[in-house]
Amino acid sequence: MLEELERIKAQAEQELAQATGLGDLEAWRLAYMGKKGAMTTALRSIGSLPAEERPAAGKMGNLVRVALEEAFQARQQALEQEAMNAELASGALDVHLPGRPQSIGHAHLLNETLAQVYEIMGRMGFQVFRSPEIEDDVTNFQMLNIPPHHPARDMWSTFYLTVPGLLLRTHTSPGQIHAMHRYNPEPFRVILPGKTYRYEQVTMRSEQTFHQVEGLAVGKDITMADLKGVLTNFARQMFGQERQLRFRASYFPFTEPGAEADIDCILCGGEGCPVCKYTGWLEILGSGMVHPVVLRNGGYDPEKYTGFAFGMGIERIAMLLYGITDIRYFFSGDVRFLRQFS
Amino acid sequence: MLVPLGWLKQYVTWDMPLDDLCDRLTYAGLEVGNVEHVGEEWDRETIWVAEVVSIRQHPDADRLVLVTLNYGADETIEVVTGAPNLHVGDTGQKVVFATVGSRLRDPYADTLQYKTLKKSKIRGVDSSGMVCSEKELGISEEHTGIIILPDDAPVGTPFADYYGDTVLDLDVTPNLARCFSMTGVARDAAALLGTTFHMPNDELLAEGPSIVGQADISIADPDLCPRYSAALIRSVKIGPSPDWMQRHLTLAGMRPINNIVDITNYVMLEMGQPLHAFDMRTVRPDVEGGVPTIIVRRAHEGEQMATLDGNEHTFDQDMLLITDGVGPVGIAGVMGGLDSEVTDDTTDVLLEAASFDFISVRRTSAMLRIPSEAAQRFGRGVDPELTLVTLRRAAELMRLYAAGTVAEGFIDVYPNPPETKVIDLPVSTIKRSLGIDLSAQEIADMLSPLGFGCEVTVRDEPTVLVTVPSFRLDVSIRADLAEEVARIYGYDALPTTLIADEMPRQERNLELETEQNLRNILVGIGLTEVLTYSMTNLESVAKLSPKAAPVDGEGYLRLANPLTREHEYMRQTLMNTSLEVVAKNLRFVDRVAIFEMGHVYLPREGAQLPDEPNLLSIALAGSREERSWLANASPDFDFYDLKGVVEALCQHLGVEDLRFEAAQRATYHPGRAATLSAGGQVLGTLGEVHPLVCRNFDIPDGQAVCLAEIDVAALAAQAQAASRFMPISRMPAVKQDLALVVDESVPADVIQRTIQQVAGPLLVEIVLFDVYRGAQVGAGKKSLAYSLAFQAPNKTLTSDQATRQRNRIVKQLQEQFGAEIRA
Repeated sequence: MLEELERIKAQAEQELAQATGLGDLEAWRLAYMGKKGAMTTALRSIGSLPAEERPAAGKMGNLVRVALEEAFQARQQALEQEAMNAELASGALDVHLPGRPQSIGHAHLLNETLAQVYEIMGRMGFQVFRSPEIEDDVTNFQMLNIPPHHPARDMWSTFYLTVPGLLLRTHTSPGQIHAMHRYNPEPFRVILPGKTYRYEQVTMRSEQTFHQVEGLAVGKDITMADLKGVLTNFARQMFGQERQLRFRASYFPFTEPGAEADIDCILCGGEGCPVCKYTGWLEILGSGMVHPVVLRNGGYDPEKYTGFAFGMGIERIAMLLYGITDIRYFFSGDVRFLRQFS
Repeated sequence: MLVPLGWLKQYVTWDMPLDDLCDRLTYAGLEVGNVEHVGEEWDRETIWVAEVVSIRQHPDADRLVLVTLNYGADETIEVVTGAPNLHVGDTGQKVVFATVGSRLRDPYADTLQYKTLKKSKIRGVDSSGMVCSEKELGISEEHTGIIILPDDAPVGTPFADYYGDTVLDLDVTPNLARCFSMTGVARDAAALLGTTFHMPNDELLAEGPSIVGQADISIADPDLCPRYSAALIRSVKIGPSPDWMQRHLTLAGMRPINNIVDITNYVMLEMGQPLHAFDMRTVRPDVEGGVPTIIVRRAHEGEQMATLDGNEHTFDQDMLLITDGVGPVGIAGVMGGLDSEVTDDTTDVLLEAASFDFISVRRTSAMLRIPSEAAQRFGRGVDPELTLVTLRRAAELMRLYAAGTVAEGFIDVYPNPPETKVIDLPVSTIKRSLGIDLSAQEIADMLSPLGFGCEVTVRDEPTVLVTVPSFRLDVSIRADLAEEVARIYGYDALPTTLIADEMPRQERNLELETEQNLRNILVGIGLTEVLTYSMTNLESVAKLSPKAAPVDGEGYLRLANPLTREHEYMRQTLMNTSLEVVAKNLRFVDRVAIFEMGHVYLPREGAQLPDEPNLLSIALAGSREERSWLANASPDFDFYDLKGVVEALCQHLGVEDLRFEAAQRATYHPGRAATLSAGGQVLGTLGEVHPLVCRNFDIPDGQAVCLAEIDVAALAAQAQAASRFMPISRMPAVKQDLALVVDESVPADVIQRTIQQVAGPLLVEIVLFDVYRGAQVGAGKKSLAYSLAFQAPNKTLTSDQATRQRNRIVKQLQEQFGAEIRA
């Protein structure tokens, strides 16, 4: 009997090693371990042995059975592994092919740039305040200390409507008057954004419609030094921490003193290049202390309140930041332009 | 304004590199727009001011001479020239001599070319250099003779040092009217640089009989002409003005004409006061036998005159004229008349220096389209105190350079001289405005060099009493003085602080938040934002109806001065521009998915300003998916893509009770359009664009375009505040399918809402997964198949309980809609 068990074990192990598929494996299991399998039959026959042989044969039979079961499981695992490896190997993908295109949207670059301004100025307490694009001459000019026929009117070429006295705002500054009327008599800080219009031929560098954003702070203790501080803070976040700012005297009828601010050229760093016309500086905004007449027109007593204002063209800022050479792209609706920015 | 530095130096000195000078002026608001170096090409080593020592005939050529020159070197030099303005025997002329090796313009080349002068032999005579023409030096096109310099030209000086100059182009802002002159710039520059300012010489030798009784002047309209002064210069000899004056005028951008006209222009550029010279013969008396008379008055309607540029003008009664006893002789402050201009045989000159209302001059100059130098200055304001000073200056120059005899005295009509302005400037004003502490004395020291009279005193606090000089028409309040202090102190030197004032109250801006939300959602969905003009044309709007029926412009806001007819009316919809953008993009790309948020402009009954509602347009056209190897041919966007975008938008915003109703709109396909509403309010429309409308916009036939237009404020009004948290059940959900057949007329969304109402909160999910129309359900019917998921918050639903729910739904649908349930 013991020899018989040895023989079965040796043969079973040999056949198991030859099994190459899960079908072979199942056949082997039936042949040895099934109800009529060789091993099952051999174990069953141990009961019919003489009593003195039974313990040894029983013990041996058990060992062989366990050994074969373990061998089977090992072989099964190996074959399953092989099968999976083969399947994985056949399922390889070409990783060099492009991925499935996702439709990606793009906000308009000007609105992105405006949002950046809101974000930076918002941290300094400036809140967005909107006012109409169609204005009357009084609010767009006269309340801002620009009487009819004033020489300063040459600074703005104006679109007029056929309704007498109405025009397309030439700047966001009439928003100053609206904001003062809204907040009077509280101190306030606002950002006035939006579309503005100039009666100008459309060229690479000039548009009849463009966007401005203007800041206005009115309070009891606001100085030109604060204006410089706020603008420096703004410009460094907008154009880079290393930016240098310079302030120059300039003229806007609604400011006194008036100033323009330049940053050192973001392209050449001040060395001089075509973008900065070899001056090393880029003019980015106009600003100044709110003119007492304007404060008074807004209902604030200039003896008690001061304020500063600043304004800039968003197209110009975006053109500088992204190296855009033609202002006409912004209103072109050309998605090949718009999707370059996100 | 062009400022030749050689001229400016007569009134102010400086000792700093050019760049620093330009910076200092620019920082103080006198922006240097451009710097031109005149004579940069004249080499200082080879091109000299020289003097003719002697001239003899060339031995072998009749038309050539040999010129011996002294150019400051140890020895004289002899060169050959054919210049017709040098003759044998001449001596003493000052000329420009170029030595061998110098670089000059080639006068015979068609384009600008330079040649280097070589030693040469001309008809057997050695010539080491040449005398130059204006053309060879690039001064003018003159090449018939050589340039003859003034007698006082310094021999042996590099020509560039004598004749070259640097010209600054200053951008003069409206508040700097005083800087429209050399002395104005010089005074500011001196104050900025801390140097001294010199006024021009004001000596005058007047030897003729008094002007009184020789001419008569009156101002009929002093509101437009506060002052009129005149001088009389007799026996002038018209000829060219001196070379230095011509040189200055040319560098400053004016063309020399003759000595009298040049002197008026020169003094205008020097002092800022436009002058006008009348030929005394042409100024007629107002009464028989009277003296020449000037009357300043408003024009009679329709009155006419030819100006000295030869153009005939017709005036209205708001225009101010200079007239004589008979008719107009000039347009006040703008331009003189043709008939009274100084000509070659003029002998007696009546010289005008006046002050005019700047608004009147601006208006007249603009309406007649005469942007003269005089009008530019008067239109910004000219100091009325300048008249007599400039008359003295000009009359003396006419005496010196036109051999005139100046009549003694002036006529000066000045009915209401303005009062001198005095501003009290407490030191705290400067602190409040600029954020710097300055003492009254420091402030006075800054303002005085600019010409302000300053008296330091103490009132409630240390104060400077500032007397504003007459030429500072721009200064009237304390803030104006604060700017002057800042300019002198230096804007860059001001401290940089953050606002110390209390932070004002901060508020949310729901309108802006909604807009940014919408933008983020649409961009997230894959749409690209566009911006278009606010102006449009009615032809484009008309294209929104299939037959492009003309649109009535009544009811539209319209530009009085449109740049082009294309942009003449203020838009009332975004739809036409959206379709234009779609059409344009389809020429270049397969897939257009765009949106725009922008204002439209609607006139309002009884209100001055129009309404400017913000609209959102969405347009989809072309491939739903980007083309790739994975989807070579994607289906095009259709109505349901657009509806899906709108639904997603509303869902994100928390719009509840969203309803779509089939709608008829001219722009849309009659069977593929809907209105969008919520809370009983119509929010907008959406649909597939009518094929004929597409054709109107040049969109290719067969190309479907889906378009929506939504009122942003109406949409925002329906957006709910933050959603409430719904507990998530851990219990298993039971899924049941429900397929039913209903009449075509029963809307699917009504059925879905009914199912949700009947089932209540146990129904956690409902998906319409199949819609079938056809033979199996019969004509006029449709089959709708829903997948329903039931789930209780706190217990496991059995399939029986789910079935009971389903049966209740079925019963309701049968009763309400006659629905048949499919197996």
